[in-house]
Amino acid sequence: MDKNQEHLEAIRDIRTLMERSSRFLPLSGLSGMLIGVWALGCTAIAYSILGIAIKDPGYHTLLMENGQLNSSSFPLLMADFMLALLAALSTGLLMAMRKAKKMKLPVWDATAKRMLANLAIPLVAGGIYCLILLYLGEIVLIAPATLLFYGLALVNASKYTIAELRFLGILEIATGLMATLFADYGLLFWATGFGILHIVYGILIYNKYEK
Amino acid sequence: MKNYIDNINKAFESRVRLGIMSILMVNDSIDFSTLKEQLQITDGNLASHLAALEKLEYLLVSKQFIGKKPNTTYAATKIGRKAFSEHLNALERLINISGQ
Repeated sequence: MDKNQEHLEAIRDIRTLMERSSRFLPLSGLSGMLIGVWALGCTAIAYSILGIAIKDPGYHTLLMENGQLNSSSFPLLMADFMLALLAALSTGLLMAMRKAKKMKLPVWDATAKRMLANLAIPLVAGGIYCLILLYLGEIVLIAPATLLFYGLALVNASKYTIAELRFLGILEIATGLMATLFADYGLLFWATGFGILHIVYGILIYNKYEK
Repeated sequence: MKNYIDNINKAFESRVRLGIMSILMVNDSIDFSTLKEQLQITDGNLASHLAALEKLEYLLVSKQFIGKKPNTTYAATKIGRKAFSEHLNALERLINISGQ
């Protein structure tokens, strides 16, 4: 029986080492929730900049008139979204550092680099794609494109971090496709994808790993 | 029962060697300092276990320079992977038998 216990322990060791050495584990659920809140706040500000109600379709027609970008609301909207992006990135980073410290794991190691590289490839492609859409004046497609590329980036990165990220990625892709189909409500889908999905995902991860 | 015990590989009786192989199974190649970080053991201890595994041809050692600093990376060989899988299977069967 003693021998058996020893074998079981050896197997547990193997499993832990395999996971810890190949996946970046200190992704925080709490940061998921916070990022979702930032996204919802960002959308609320966007609606007030545009001066429309949530149920009103066609936000993009207010940004683009006669083929020209609206010079008063467009820069404000850009600033709003850039601020949200910055807040999301710093929240994610700070919370990962905090969780790594708690788990006694290094925050910047081979697993972190591999996860970030795999996250960055689709994400940078998406960023450039959105800039091209802006250049071509196809602003209605930008919100759906951010959701799609973000979802693809998550699915790609999920192989190198907590596996649950894959499901969030698939849901973001689905939201992005819906947002393309119902492009008039792009902002609403954006709030669903980056706001509500992040909050739900964050709560699930928090309950599973951090409670 | 006896041949299951035969498959338990003596080379993996040490936890450190088992740990090294576990890490190399899921990483294409890995350097000395990362291994040390993951296993939390001393340089000398890790080096002696790595040498033992290298002698068995379970791992492939490649030395190169990053700038002026020497950098040694390790990867599991085909023989090493096979030996590790067989060891795991043997462990599993042993547990199943005594669990019945």
